[in-house]
Amino acid sequence: MNDAALFFQLSVQLGTPFLLATLGGIMCEKVGHLNLGIEGMMMLGSFFGFMAGFLSHNPVLAVLAAVAGGAFGALIYAVITVTLKGNQTVTGFALTIFGTGLANFLGKPYSSQIMDSTVSAALGVHSIAGLSKIPFLGIVLFSQSLFVYLSIVLAAAMLFYFQKMRFGLAARMVGESPGTADATGINVDLYKYIHIILGGALCGLGGAYLSLVYVPYWQDNITAGIGWIAVALVIFSGWNPVKAIFGCYLFGILKGMAVKFQGISLSVLGLKISIASQVMDMMPYILTVVVLILTAIAAKNRSVGPASVGKSYFREDR
Amino acid sequence: MLRIERKTDGKFLHQRIISVLIALAVAGIVIAICGYNPIVVYREMLEGSFNSVYYVQQTIQKTIPLLIMGLGVAVCFKMNFINIGAEGQFYMGAVAATYVALNVSGPPSAVTLLEMFVAAFLAGGIWCLIAGFLKSKWGVSETLVTLMLNYIAIKLVSYLQYVLWKDPKSLGFPKIANYPTDLQLKSVFGIHAGWIIAIILTVFVWFLLHRIKLGYEISVMGANERTARYAGMNTTRILLLTSLIGGGICGLAGMIQASGVEHTLNDQMANGMGYTAIAIAYMAQMEPPAILIVSFLFSILLQGGAYMQISMQIPSATGDVIQGIILLFILGSEFFSRYRVIREHKQKEEAK
Repeated sequence: MNDAALFFQLSVQLGTPFLLATLGGIMCEKVGHLNLGIEGMMMLGSFFGFMAGFLSHNPVLAVLAAVAGGAFGALIYAVITVTLKGNQTVTGFALTIFGTGLANFLGKPYSSQIMDSTVSAALGVHSIAGLSKIPFLGIVLFSQSLFVYLSIVLAAAMLFYFQKMRFGLAARMVGESPGTADATGINVDLYKYIHIILGGALCGLGGAYLSLVYVPYWQDNITAGIGWIAVALVIFSGWNPVKAIFGCYLFGILKGMAVKFQGISLSVLGLKISIASQVMDMMPYILTVVVLILTAIAAKNRSVGPASVGKSYFREDR
Repeated sequence: MLRIERKTDGKFLHQRIISVLIALAVAGIVIAICGYNPIVVYREMLEGSFNSVYYVQQTIQKTIPLLIMGLGVAVCFKMNFINIGAEGQFYMGAVAATYVALNVSGPPSAVTLLEMFVAAFLAGGIWCLIAGFLKSKWGVSETLVTLMLNYIAIKLVSYLQYVLWKDPKSLGFPKIANYPTDLQLKSVFGIHAGWIIAIILTVFVWFLLHRIKLGYEISVMGANERTARYAGMNTTRILLLTSLIGGGICGLAGMIQASGVEHTLNDQMANGMGYTAIAIAYMAQMEPPAILIVSFLFSILLQGGAYMQISMQIPSATGDVIQGIILLFILGSEFFSRYRVIREHKQKEEAK
């Protein structure tokens, strides 16, 4: 029982960077922008958060720097795709090359340096009094890092924002039909800028969880492709922030299995089966492909995503 | 007030050159902020790429995989099939070639090399065809599928290297046995023969895109899939065939790299080149001669970056930073070839 609880606790931790990145992706796609730069923005957030935490020993500054790092990457993307109407796919891609390169480049002197313990402790595990005593769930959900709580709260807040609040509904209109939104007096470009930048900030937070709490030392390519899977998780979650929680934790479980079952041989019905860790590592990606296929089949007759994702909005074309 | 308007007479080339120059300047500023002297960095990069015959050969050798994968990606991009899986297709090609090389019966010969070539083409092609099939059947996003297939391919290579094909003679070191010498590409003018294949492929892809019916169909589909269907083209067949060819070319790059440079298969050999190839294809606007030039320029960044890391302890990631900035500037600059900015009041005066 306790082992199982600890395993799911690990899974939630492993799922959290996916969740923050997926929320960032949803934020961006809701206003009609497909951002393949998630990985790059995570790297920027991860590095700037690490540098600020390492130099200032201040957890608040570290988180702010991570948010700023991710937002900075998103701003570049927004200028090119919103104002200059550049190709969204390739721009996101270029942002990943740039963000990853810059973080690795600037991070060289910090390579293998360990995060200041006051910072990682301040942001790390804080059991919630009372709730953490609940059997099983107390360990899995309520004895976690501040990042875990924050990501869950943000997911719920985003759902409320896009379902109930005026600005959120207007943002969705921008993503579905920018021409209509423009005609009703919504400042389309401003909405796009704000949401893309907020999305970048969320991705930055996702990267910072790795460098400040989970790992927590600096290494090249610290995000290791999480940002790319997040792009698929946005689709998997059906652009719904709360569903994203479950999707991301499912990936956390898969990753957790890869960690736990490394090189262990199981005997099933007298047969000795040993699964190589490399094969386990493949599972999240295979699952992503399966998920993409299933969502595509399900969506064949109805469009689930914001209708204008991927298209530049040019006013004169209305 | 500023107003923007679409225009049709884009002057691509000089605009691109200008944006590359601006990007290099901006990258220089970034490098300076990071505490390095940008002039020294650029000079070292050029020195590391051209200072001796050996360095030039290294630069050309690094161009080969970039060029070939750039061509493969371009075939797909031309059809608006966003294949970002060159990295995975490269690995699958190398896996298939290695399988042939390790299981050759009898003395290896030129025929074996040919078999490796065909196997690599098919393996890379099928890896891309999976995404093509899923797109044609259920409309699954090829961008994400090709990307996931990259990771699956890399993990597969790791598995082969660490477990299944591990050379028992390597004393526990996770390494796959080297190819027999006869299956290693011979060098011609000091560079392995892959450069000849790369040039042939450049001509082939140019021919494919500009002189063959399939190439015409690819461009029509890339411009508008519906138009292609109304014109009576078999869009499914074109999609599948093109993804097979595009992925296959990337697979060839894997075989050539394995046979010409690594002499074996390992999970580090692509090292992000498949992603660089995407940037190259896009920058070259999918035109084979331009891909040749751009991939050479990018290999300067790679070779120069690697040289700099050794000579000056400047991280080789500098090359990635410069690459990213160049790409971002090119993407941004396209605005100015597609739209013009007009001052509103000026136009009113003209109207009077």
